[in-house]
Amino acid sequence: MAGHTPTVDSNTLWGGGISPFNISYGKIMMWFFLVSDAFTFSGLLVSYGFMRHSFVESWPVAERVFTHFPFMHGDHPLLYVALMTFILIMSSVTMVLAVEAGHRMDKNSVIKWMAWTIVGGLVFVGSQAWEWYHFIHGTELGALQLVDGTIVQWVNEAKDSFYLPGKEQIMISGAEAVSMMKNGVEVYGANLTVNEYGLPLFGDFFFFITGFHGTHVFSGVVLNFIIFVNVIKGTYEKRGYYEMVEKVGLYWHFVDLVWVFVFTFFYLV
Amino acid sequence: MGAIAHHEDNDFLFKYIFSTDHKMIAKQFFLTGSIMGLIGMIMSMIFRLQLGYPGESFAFLEPILGSWAPEGILAPDKYLALVTIHGTIMVFFLLTAGLSGTFSNLLIPLQIGARDMASGFMNLLSYWFFFLSSCIMISSLFVEGGPAAGGWTIYPPLSALPQAMPGSGMGMTLWIISMTLFIVSSLIGSLNYIVTVFNLRTKGMTMTRLPLTIWAFMITAVLGVLSFPVLFSAVLLLLFDRSFGTSFYLSDIYISGGALEVAGGSPILYEHLFWFLGHPEVYIILLPALGITSEVVATNSRKPIFGYRAMIGSILAIAFISFLVWGHHMFITGMNPFLGAVFTFTTLLVAIPSAVKVFNYLTTLWKGNIRFTPAMLFAIGLVSTFITGGLTGIILGDSALDINVHDTYFVVGHFHIVMGLSGTFGMISGIYHWFPKMFGRMLDKNLGYIHFWATIVCSYGVFFPMHFLGLAGVPRRYYANTEFPMFNEMYDINELITVFALVAGFAQLFFIFNVFYSMFKGPKAPQNPWESTTLEWTTPVKHIHGNWPGELPVVYRWPYDYSKPGMEEDFILQTEPLREGEEESH
Repeated sequence: MAGHTPTVDSNTLWGGGISPFNISYGKIMMWFFLVSDAFTFSGLLVSYGFMRHSFVESWPVAERVFTHFPFMHGDHPLLYVALMTFILIMSSVTMVLAVEAGHRMDKNSVIKWMAWTIVGGLVFVGSQAWEWYHFIHGTELGALQLVDGTIVQWVNEAKDSFYLPGKEQIMISGAEAVSMMKNGVEVYGANLTVNEYGLPLFGDFFFFITGFHGTHVFSGVVLNFIIFVNVIKGTYEKRGYYEMVEKVGLYWHFVDLVWVFVFTFFYLV
Repeated sequence: MGAIAHHEDNDFLFKYIFSTDHKMIAKQFFLTGSIMGLIGMIMSMIFRLQLGYPGESFAFLEPILGSWAPEGILAPDKYLALVTIHGTIMVFFLLTAGLSGTFSNLLIPLQIGARDMASGFMNLLSYWFFFLSSCIMISSLFVEGGPAAGGWTIYPPLSALPQAMPGSGMGMTLWIISMTLFIVSSLIGSLNYIVTVFNLRTKGMTMTRLPLTIWAFMITAVLGVLSFPVLFSAVLLLLFDRSFGTSFYLSDIYISGGALEVAGGSPILYEHLFWFLGHPEVYIILLPALGITSEVVATNSRKPIFGYRAMIGSILAIAFISFLVWGHHMFITGMNPFLGAVFTFTTLLVAIPSAVKVFNYLTTLWKGNIRFTPAMLFAIGLVSTFITGGLTGIILGDSALDINVHDTYFVVGHFHIVMGLSGTFGMISGIYHWFPKMFGRMLDKNLGYIHFWATIVCSYGVFFPMHFLGLAGVPRRYYANTEFPMFNEMYDINELITVFALVAGFAQLFFIFNVFYSMFKGPKAPQNPWESTTLEWTTPVKHIHGNWPGELPVVYRWPYDYSKPGMEEDFILQTEPLREGEEESH
C-alpha cells in the first residue's frame, strides 16, 4: 500500500513534518464511523440475544422457518441464505480486487471489479427481498394461534394434531388437541405483530435487524455506484489516486462483516 | 484554504449563517446552546415554584403559560412535561452540544495549530443538524398533549404507548425525531474533532505537547462516537414499538382494564440500552469541563499543571471505565445481586482516576501565584462541586446503599451537583476565559464576580438540602408531596430550595447582560489577556480565515511552561524554541 496511499496535501491542511499516522483524515473518519456503526449493530444484536435468552425454549428454529429455494420444491433449510451470504462475501472479494487495481492505477480493472461488486450487492438486496416475501407470505398450511396466544404448528394437512413450540416438537393429538384448539385462530405468514412460526418477537427482530442491515447494503450499493461513475469519468485518474474507492471499500467490507454476525445469530445458532 | 478563501467576507449569508469557519460555528453552537440552556433554566424555575409552594396560585403564570397553568397553578401533566424537557435540554442541548460544540470547535484548531477543522462542510452540517434538532425539541412544546413527559430517560411503557398519557403522543414522537437528528449531529461533529486532532497538528505538536483541553475534547468525541449509536438503536426500536405495533419493550400491558396485544418484550432491555449511552454521557459532559478547568487553573495559578501525564491517563481511564458501569442506574430493576456487586466494583473504580484529577488540581493551586479571574473562580467552583458531588456518588454507586435512596431527591442532588453544576461551571469558566478569543473583547470582571458568588451560593443552596430530602425518603418527580403527612416537615426545605433556585436564575441575568453588552461594547481584547502559553493566543485578535496570517506556528515545548525555574519570564509560549541548556519539561 505504501507509495500509493496519499497523505493529506501538505500545502493546505497539514502544516507540520511527516503526518503522524500517514493516512488521510477521510480514511480515519471512515474507520471511526464504522466503529460507531458497529456499536449500533451491537446494540441491536445484543437486544436480540437478550430477548432470545428469555425465551430459550420457545424461540422458533431457523431451519424450520427458512426452507425455500427459488424454482425448487421441498425443504431446503438455510440453503438460499447460504447462497446469499456466499454472494455477499464474493462481492467483498471483488471489492478488494477493485481497490488493488486502484493502487496500480489500472482504471479498466477498477471499473470491472466495481461493476461486479455492485452486481453482487444488488443480487443480495434482491435475495433479501425474496426472503422477506416468503417470510411474510408464510406457508400454505399456516399455523394455529391458541387462545392464550401460543402459536402451534400443524403436523399435517388434516389439521387435527399439532406440535407445541420449541426444539422438542412435542405432538398433541386426539381429544386433547381438539379441546386445546377450541377458539383458536389460524394464522398465515409473519408481520410485526403476528408470526406463524412462533413468537412475534422473532419476526420483530428479524424484520428490524435484517431491514437495518439491508438499508446499509442498499446505501452501500448507491455509494459504490456513485464512485463507479466517477471512476468511469476519470475523476480519480486525474486526481492521481483511487482513495475514494478504498473508502467505500471499507464501508462495503464492514457491511459484509456485519452480515456474518446477523447470519450467525439469526440462522445458525 | 482554497475553497474557503473564495467566499466573500462581506457576504452575510456565508459569514454568519452557512459559515464553514470553525470559529463562527463555535459561536453558533454557543448561542444556540445558551438559548436552549436559558429555556431549560426557566422551566426549572417554573416547576420549582410548584414544588416550593404546591397548589398555590401565581397569577403571573397564566398569561405566560396559558392552559398549562389554569388559574395560575401549574397543571400536573405539564409539570411532568417541564421536568422531562428541562432534563433533556440541559443534558443534551446545553451540556453536550452547547459545551462540546462551542469549545471543541473553537479550541481544537486554534490550540493544535490548524487552519480549520478537517472538514469544514461536515462541521457546518453538524451545526445545522443540531439547530434543526433544537427547533423540533422546542416545537414539541406546542403540540397537542404537550411534549414528552415520561422523564428525560423516556422509559417505556410511558414512551412506547402513544395512549399512555398526554405527553406520550405527538410530543414523544417529536422527542425521538429530535434526538435522532441530535445523534447525527453529534456523530458528524465528533468524527471531525477526532480526525482533526489526529491529523492536523502543526509541526512539533506531539500528542504529549497537546494542552489538556484537546485531550479532553478528543476523548469526549470518542465517547460520543461509541455511546450515541447505542441510544440510536434504542430509540429506533422504541419508534417501532410506538408506531408499527412491535413489542420490543412491551409485555402484558393493561390500559383501562383491557389488555393490549403486545407480548414478550422487556422494558428492562430499554434501560440497559439507554444507560449504556447514559453513563458515558455523564463523562461526555464532564470531560470537556475538566479539560477547560485544567487549562484555566494552570494559567491562573501561574504553575504547570501538576501531573500532566497522570491527567491524560486519568482521562483515558475514566473514558474506558465509563462503559462498564451503566448497571448502577438499574440496581432496583431486579438485577441479580452478584451482577449488582460487579457494577458496584466497576463504579467505585471510577473514583480513582477522578480523585487523581482532583488532587492534581489542588496540587496545581498549592502555592500558586493565583489570579482570581472570574474564569478561575468558576474553575475552582468546578473542583468544589466535583468533590461534593463525587462523594455522594460513592454512596449511590454501592448497590446496598443505593437501593435505600434510589429515585429520591438524594439522586437529584447528587447528579445536579456532580454533572449539572460541574458541567455548567466548566462551560461558564471557559466562556469567561476564551471570550476575548471568541469576540475580541473583554467581559466585565466585576459583573463576573457578582455572577460567580451568587451562582455558587445559590447552587449549593438548591442542591445541598436535596440530600436531606432524599435521605428522608422524598421521591423525585412527584408533582407535590402534600398528600403524604410524613413529608410535612420537609415543606420548609422545599420552599428554601425554590427561593435559592429563583435567585440563582435571576443571577444569570448578570451573565447574560455581560455577554451581550461586552460582545459589542466591551473593551478591546489585548493579544494575550491571561498571559497564556498556548497557540490560540498567537492568532490575530480579529478573526481571519485560516487563523494565522502567514506560516503556521511551530511548537517547541509543552503548554505549561509557567514560572519555569531559571527563566526570567513568568510564562513561555509554546512557539518559543528551547533556550541554550534548557531542558523541556513534561
